Amino acid sequence: MNSTRVFFIGGLASYRALFGWLSPWVFIPSLLVAPIFQILLFVYIGRSAGLASDEFYVIGNAVQYAAIPCLFAMTQTIAGERYQQTLGYILITPARRLPLFLGRALPVVANGFLVSAFALVVGGAIVGIDVPASAYAPIALVTAVSAFSCTGLGLVNAAVGFIVRDHSVLSNIIFGLLLVFSGANVPLADLPGWMRAISDGIPFTHGIEAARRLADGQTLVDVGGLVAAEALIGVVYGAAGYGLVRLMEVLGRRHATLERA
Amino acid sequence: MVRLFYAGWLFHLKNLSNSLFFVLISVLQPVIFASIAFFMYESGRRPGTLLYVALGAGLMGIWSSTLFGSGGAIQWQRWQGTLEIVVAAPAPFLLVLVPLTLATATIGLYSIVGTLFWGRLFFGVPLDFVHPFQLAVALPATVISLGLMGLLLASTFVLYRQASAFSNLLEYPVWLVTGLLVPLSLLPGWVEWISWGLAPTWGIKAIRAAALGGGDAWSAIGLCVLLGAVYLVLGAVFMKNFERLARQRATLSLT
Repeated sequence: MNSTRVFFIGGLASYRALFGWLSPWVFIPSLLVAPIFQILLFVYIGRSAGLASDEFYVIGNAVQYAAIPCLFAMTQTIAGERYQQTLGYILITPARRLPLFLGRALPVVANGFLVSAFALVVGGAIVGIDVPASAYAPIALVTAVSAFSCTGLGLVNAAVGFIVRDHSVLSNIIFGLLLVFSGANVPLADLPGWMRAISDGIPFTHGIEAARRLADGQTLVDVGGLVAAEALIGVVYGAAGYGLVRLMEVLGRRHATLERA
Repeated sequence: MVRLFYAGWLFHLKNLSNSLFFVLISVLQPVIFASIAFFMYESGRRPGTLLYVALGAGLMGIWSSTLFGSGGAIQWQRWQGTLEIVVAAPAPFLLVLVPLTLATATIGLYSIVGTLFWGRLFFGVPLDFVHPFQLAVALPATVISLGLMGLLLASTFVLYRQASAFSNLLEYPVWLVTGLLVPLSLLPGWVEWISWGLAPTWGIKAIRAAALGGGDAWSAIGLCVLLGAVYLVLGAVFMKNFERLARQRATLSLT
């Protein structure tokens, strides 16, 4: 029961704290308007290059933009606590770590999903893409799975936040690499072999591909393998991130470096 | 005055060069966007000139460093506790701030060098500049113009508590409407009207005309400098107003 409370109440408190910092003055420009312009930029580059349809860029960039809330918010769970000098208090509590950190991840997944869904709907409406109504729910599911997958990577990023001071720079770098490698803007077939190999192991690649196929008329059953792969990547990164967070906690206690990076 | 200007510019240039954040947005981010654009144009049905893309991506970096550096310039001085000192100093506040905003634009030159180097090394971008002398004039003219645009940003963003979020908002739109990676002819007609008031539009026109030929670089350089002068006048008026109100209300150190 205590772990359930830590998971839900702790997660909710973390969510409210996040939005205490992430006021509408930050949320709207950074998470609702910016993705629309990212979509428009790549739609127009795509038109100029004559590479792919508008739908290709709308879906790719909308799904990929979940990386901003997922990476930054997860990193804040560690770095933000340290900044407010509350990290030590959290880590001396007897609460089990798994519900503690996963509870904080849940609102991040929800936030990432909302940002992606908003970008997809508004970006799609502005550009004028045609997605069959039957694909809305499956695409929403794929978007949520992609947000989950990236939150797993965000947990790894959060663990690195124990030892790296410029965690926002690191998040920006990962965001940029995801933009290149996930196939959001360049078809995977046009990337060099070594880049494709990396693409297979990162969040968004399979989710974006699944969402595009759904928009083209395939069913959830047809893209089940891609969705499962995206979810599996999220689980692997989440487990690795959790393991790293625990390791960093132990090292931080041993070397008395919890409060500094 | 010249000494103050040069010392301030050099100090801020060194200071910004030590910031991982500025190195990232000046070098890595343009390289990432240039790589995506290289792949897109190489794979597309209408492959563009890779040098055209590399120069555009480089200027994206100059805009980003100006936007984030200048947009938050006064706020940073506040956080560091130096704002009261520089305002109280006998030197005009404008002369202290302009070297900072010019330094934020200058740091963006890393992005031009970075994207050209990256493009040459990994994508075989030919670095054959048609009019090297014009390019040598166009680059500093663009940097100065953007730096003065930074002054205007600094003097207006100070009214906005979440300046960094506002900077996030303006990054992509200006990349788009100034034709850095996309020809303006592809965008709706009204966008061109907006682009005329933005220095990066004329800066990239001048740089591309000098590097690739086929355009009038001198006219674009002239318009770039003219816009810079307009930004300077507007920035000076806004800054004076900010300083007067902050002194009257004793809010200089308050966010």
